[in-house]
Amino acid sequence: MADIVLSARHLTKRFGGLVAVSDVSIDVHRDEIHAVIGPNGAGKSTLVNLLSGEITPGEGSVHLAGKDMTARSPDQRARAGLGRSYQKTTIFPDVSVFANARLAAQARSPKALRFFGDAGRDPVINAQAAAALSEAGIAAHADTPARHLSHGGQRQLEIAMVLATTPSILLLDEPLAGMGPAEAQDMIALVSRLRNGRGILLVEHDMDAVFALADRLTVMADGHVIATGTPAQVRADPAVRVAYLGEDCL
Amino acid sequence: MTPPRALTRSLLAALLMAALLLPMIAPTYYLQFFAKAMLLAIVAASLNLVVGFGGMVSLCHGAFFGLAGYVLALASPSSSGASLWTSLPLALLVVAIAAALVGALALRTRGIYFIMATLAFGEMFFYFFHDTRVANGSDGIYIYFEPEIVIAGWRLVDLGNKTSFYYVALASLLLAIIVISTLVRSPFGAALMAARDNEQRARSLGFPVFRIRLTAFVLAAVLAGIAGYFSASQFGFVAPQTLGWHVSATLLIMVVLGGMKSVLGPVFGAFVLLGLEEILKSNIEHWKLIEGVIVIALVFMLPGGLQHLAQLAFSDRRAPAGQPGSGASRAGRQHHG
Ligand SMILES: Nc1ncnc2c1ncn2[C@@H]1O[C@H](COP(=O)(O)OP(=O)(O)OP(=O)(O)O)[C@@H](O)[C@H]1O
Ligand SMILES: [Mg+2]
Repeated sequence: MADIVLSARHLTKRFGGLVAVSDVSIDVHRDEIHAVIGPNGAGKSTLVNLLSGEITPGEGSVHLAGKDMTARSPDQRARAGLGRSYQKTTIFPDVSVFANARLAAQARSPKALRFFGDAGRDPVINAQAAAALSEAGIAAHADTPARHLSHGGQRQLEIAMVLATTPSILLLDEPLAGMGPAEAQDMIALVSRLRNGRGILLVEHDMDAVFALADRLTVMADGHVIATGTPAQVRADPAVRVAYLGEDCL
Repeated sequence: MTPPRALTRSLLAALLMAALLLPMIAPTYYLQFFAKAMLLAIVAASLNLVVGFGGMVSLCHGAFFGLAGYVLALASPSSSGASLWTSLPLALLVVAIAAALVGALALRTRGIYFIMATLAFGEMFFYFFHDTRVANGSDGIYIYFEPEIVIAGWRLVDLGNKTSFYYVALASLLLAIIVISTLVRSPFGAALMAARDNEQRARSLGFPVFRIRLTAFVLAAVLAGIAGYFSASQFGFVAPQTLGWHVSATLLIMVVLGGMKSVLGPVFGAFVLLGLEEILKSNIEHWKLIEGVIVIALVFMLPGGLQHLAQLAFSDRRAPAGQPGSGASRAGRQHHG
């Protein structure tokens, strides 16, 4: 299956007595959005952290583009093409919006750690950063200090940073959280476009967005996967109705 | 608030001219003082690469300074000077290896734990030289002859000549400033500051944070080693106190005094502290006490300095929830276009 860009098998993570993620297997295909939903505390963010390498699993494995990455650090996974956003915005607040994107583009450049030359004056890196800001729709704020952006703007910036690293796999942890309706519409359109040529794992609470975007859907509860399939299959699943969605959602 | 660029530049150019011309007017005593101050300024500026730009508050920088001096002492024959061409690279190699080992272990910790780990490693160097006979223990060891800088039988520079030595110290300081400024502006510097400002984000973008920090730590130690080598040559003596924790603490005070956000700040911090010491020493009996009071007052009066240090020390940059460094440091500001 050449088009599986990310594949996790039997991931388990315990925090003391709590099993936050229990025997979770999940695949992300190229050109597809695989949404993960579930109630608060279901283990969605923990799953994303296991995939990005920020947390090491007790059991299980993670493959990126067919390569075993289970023992690899977050930065190694990033250099292998994985990009992620965080549920709580994680940017460089003290520098400009452009500098944030520039750092992201630099991270994947062959010159990422050169000891000489002006970091701010690499035309290739600057062009990549500018393109990512345009794609995420915040090019107009390039010179604003990142901490002065609105909440929605910071979410967009985080996506722009991820894009500037030219990832082939995107892990997006609640990109719509805290956004106003107009901003959310833009973000939905952006995420939808981004699936072309990439695989996306999307964690999201907004059901309208999920059903608008998802090609595949996995439902988690208490660390377990309780259903997975196309959105239509999951909607029809009785276990899902009971455990999570509730009759009125459907 | 910040003075215009052109003004800063002309001031620096004037300072450089004054430094170049000083030997023509100043008595030998002052030349020696300024040479010593310039060497310590190198150490302070290199420490700031680690503390200010890297966000790692290290308390063993003095150990690298002292270690280079010890290598020179141990490499010097008893009846002549060591060759600089072999003893300087040897000293820097030893310092680099020591820093790589200390860094590789200490950089696994963060914040206050990093401070304590570096303090402990620094003390290990102190007690190694204090309690073993490797280099005369607590009595210290003399360097009777300055290192020789000889090419094809011709003596290039006589380090025993106070004026020559002054110019060697000045050249070393300029070199260190150029190296550090270049690093800070480079992609490496941008990555180092990114890791300081948000370690989690830096890693998830693909920056190998540990390797970046270790590299900065070792490079800074090597720069301190250059100063330590010449400093030992100047005084002709090294003792365990040369690498004790109070040297590291004094260096940290120079950094805080001068400011952590610029390359040159700690250079001025070193001059201010040593100048103060010099004035007080010759005029007041309990000068250490007075110096302490003045330094504390200065540090509290200066905006940002100490507060910034405390932030680096007490923020746990691993916590995913935190936005460390927010609103504090502007040193990491990037330019574009
Ligand atoms: N570092 C940690 N240490 C201890 N417990 C943790 C840790 N991280 C998460 N947990 C716990 O693991 C469980 C799953 O948390 P997780 O953040 O993955 O849930 P989530 O599905 O993302 O929830 P939400 O929708 O609220 O974001 C929760 O009970 C949480 O309290
Ligand atoms: Mg979550």
